Amino acid sequence: MLELVTISALNGVLYGMLLFLMASGLTLIFSMMGVLNFAHASFYMLGAFFGFQISEIVGFWPAFFLAPVLVGGIGALVERYGLRRVHRHGPVAELLFTFGLAFVIEEIVQMIWGKGPVDYRVPLSLNFSAFTAFSTNYPAYKMFELLTAIAIFAVLLMLLTRTRVGLIIQASLTHPHMVAMLGHNVPRVFMLVFGVGTGLAALAGVIAGPALVTQSNMAAALGPILFVVVVVGGLGSLSGAFLASLLIGLVQTFAVSINLSVADVLRPIGVAPPNGGVLFDVWNVTVAQIAPIIPYLLLVLILIFRPTGLMGTREH
Amino acid sequence: MSDVTTDVVNVPARAGASAGLAGVARHAAPWLALAVAFAVLPMIFTSGSALTMLSLMGIMIVFALSYNMLLGETGLLSFGHAVYYGLGGFVAVHAMNTVIHDRLPVPLFLIPLVGAFSGLLFGIIFGSVSTRRAGTAFAMISLGLGELVASSSLILRSFFGGEEGVSTNRTKLLHVFGLNFGPQIEIYYLIAFWCLLCMVAMFALRRTPFGSMCNAVRENAERAQFVGYNPQAVRFIAFALAGLFAGVAGALAAINFELVNSAAVGAGQSGLVLLAAYIGGTGNFIGPVIGAVLVTWLEVMLSDITDVWQLYFGLLFIGVVMFAPNGIAGLLMMHEPLWRARAYGPLPRLLLTYVIALVPALATLAGLIAVIEMTYHRSVKASEGTTISLFHVTLDTASFVPWIAAIVLLAGGFLLFRRTWPVVGAAWHDAIVYAQTAGKAK
Repeated sequence: MLELVTISALNGVLYGMLLFLMASGLTLIFSMMGVLNFAHASFYMLGAFFGFQISEIVGFWPAFFLAPVLVGGIGALVERYGLRRVHRHGPVAELLFTFGLAFVIEEIVQMIWGKGPVDYRVPLSLNFSAFTAFSTNYPAYKMFELLTAIAIFAVLLMLLTRTRVGLIIQASLTHPHMVAMLGHNVPRVFMLVFGVGTGLAALAGVIAGPALVTQSNMAAALGPILFVVVVVGGLGSLSGAFLASLLIGLVQTFAVSINLSVADVLRPIGVAPPNGGVLFDVWNVTVAQIAPIIPYLLLVLILIFRPTGLMGTREH
Repeated sequence: MSDVTTDVVNVPARAGASAGLAGVARHAAPWLALAVAFAVLPMIFTSGSALTMLSLMGIMIVFALSYNMLLGETGLLSFGHAVYYGLGGFVAVHAMNTVIHDRLPVPLFLIPLVGAFSGLLFGIIFGSVSTRRAGTAFAMISLGLGELVASSSLILRSFFGGEEGVSTNRTKLLHVFGLNFGPQIEIYYLIAFWCLLCMVAMFALRRTPFGSMCNAVRENAERAQFVGYNPQAVRFIAFALAGLFAGVAGALAAINFELVNSAAVGAGQSGLVLLAAYIGGTGNFIGPVIGAVLVTWLEVMLSDITDVWQLYFGLLFIGVVMFAPNGIAGLLMMHEPLWRARAYGPLPRLLLTYVIALVPALATLAGLIAVIEMTYHRSVKASEGTTISLFHVTLDTASFVPWIAAIVLLAGGFLLFRRTWPVVGAAWHDAIVYAQTAGKAK
């Protein structure tokens, strides 16, 4: 039991940190430009595929640095030549543009790498077990993922709160016109933030790719959960996104390991199973089976009881 | 400014005219024409595949119009509209099976009412949660609810039928007027009937004070609130009614395929209706109709020709978002002042510039298609050899020549195409000015 809790907690924090790597970029982009980047998970997928392709040619470590930079560059170009153009048609057009982009990126990935999973493996230098907790060997690669995510988190925090660039970014969040008056190039700040945000998503893809399955549906599978994170955390709140990432990471990881159903709870106290129909399905389904739905249930509950999200203050 | 004054003058005149018999006839005429067109279409396109496609178009028209009640009329961007379509379909299929099983005296053509009712019901349930907020938050909530229902569909097997879905037999219901609804032609007329009915209903709804309130909430919710309307209530009612019509579309699909599976509630279906409505144009009633017809046609035709047809879909969508945010209908309606003023003088010059712009546009398109198809062939279908046949031209993807030719076509075509924009813009501007002066002279 203790073993299960420890390992699940580690995995949950890891998943949560990976979610936060993406959610932080998404939140920064949203609070700055008012655009919820629908294609954010697609940049994560691009990161995984670029990481795979580059490590095929020159190895994992160059890919670890090159892939996020390349994808971040693509992100910056998308902002410069796509989003900025669509901006004058209003926020709905911007959201739809990123929606179309997500669609196109998935198709392009399928066009180049096919629909099946690619063979993106954990690098040999990290393919050993880091430590043994109780009887489970915990892989070093997962520790590497966790440490990378934490390091990026620390760097991002320092960058935003302790540097001049961070100051300008924070000021542009709330007073873009004033920042522009002071002589800063606000559109370039936007492009930079979009590029860095998508680059972070790509980094998450590079490091998560070998641990998960790298295939063309990974963006569509993760994207909705990412939006749950930013809505549950409160649209535009970085600390909220952090909390919600960890919450969803932990809840989903723990749910997967619980094989308990309503039947298991009620049968010992003498409640008879229903005869059939939808109730019978609910009766027998285990917590592990509903793990994929839990984030969405959480979303609905949050919306009913706290419509602005955990840490959100603004009504959008 | 002149538009506003003419509108003010026209309103009482219009109201007076509609009161009379002539007014009724004038309002009914386009619908009668459409009804005749629906009746005649299968006599022109007689093949079986054409009939199937026409049926699909009818379903998609209802679905896209119901979607536009949200996006176009009320300004609610939904990423989960298929929930009401799919649930309407599932309830309809279960209703049909119950009717067959219990031998209830219900004919098939009333089944869409079941879909309508369940779409409305689920619209009310989910709408009460999601329509409290508008804008981006609403979009994300609709996405979350869509995912919730889509992933529940694989768990609640007795209702959603698991992976294979729920099937039925449409011919086993009560037969009236000698119709057993076996042949596709009978199904086509059933769909056409319901499609027309829903179109009239949704068009009429637009013209009611409620329709105007929806527009007011879309334009400025705060001001609508100041005037005394509750924007949340308006959004909620619009959402529930959109669910109703989506439910009709879902039930029609269930009747057409005699099968509903979890894909009907999925993100793919939600995305498709969004694409259809937006490509057609959300600002006009006719827009989603154009979009539904075009998207259905493209879906059937393109998927026959190429494996990567969805990529072309996505690129078309991005193109519309970037360059024609009012959709195809918006592009057509830009010419409305010309035919309203009956100013046909500048038309030849305008059409000529369109033809001039079309040439590099087609070259760009050809280059794009060549690049996409050759990339796809080289990466995914590499085992089938290096040559492909495109537009009756055989290209060897292993050599440099076709690649360079394609890229030159793509880039050069696009640069030339951009050079034609100012020319087209100037011709259009002159035509509109001409139309306005002609209108004033009258």
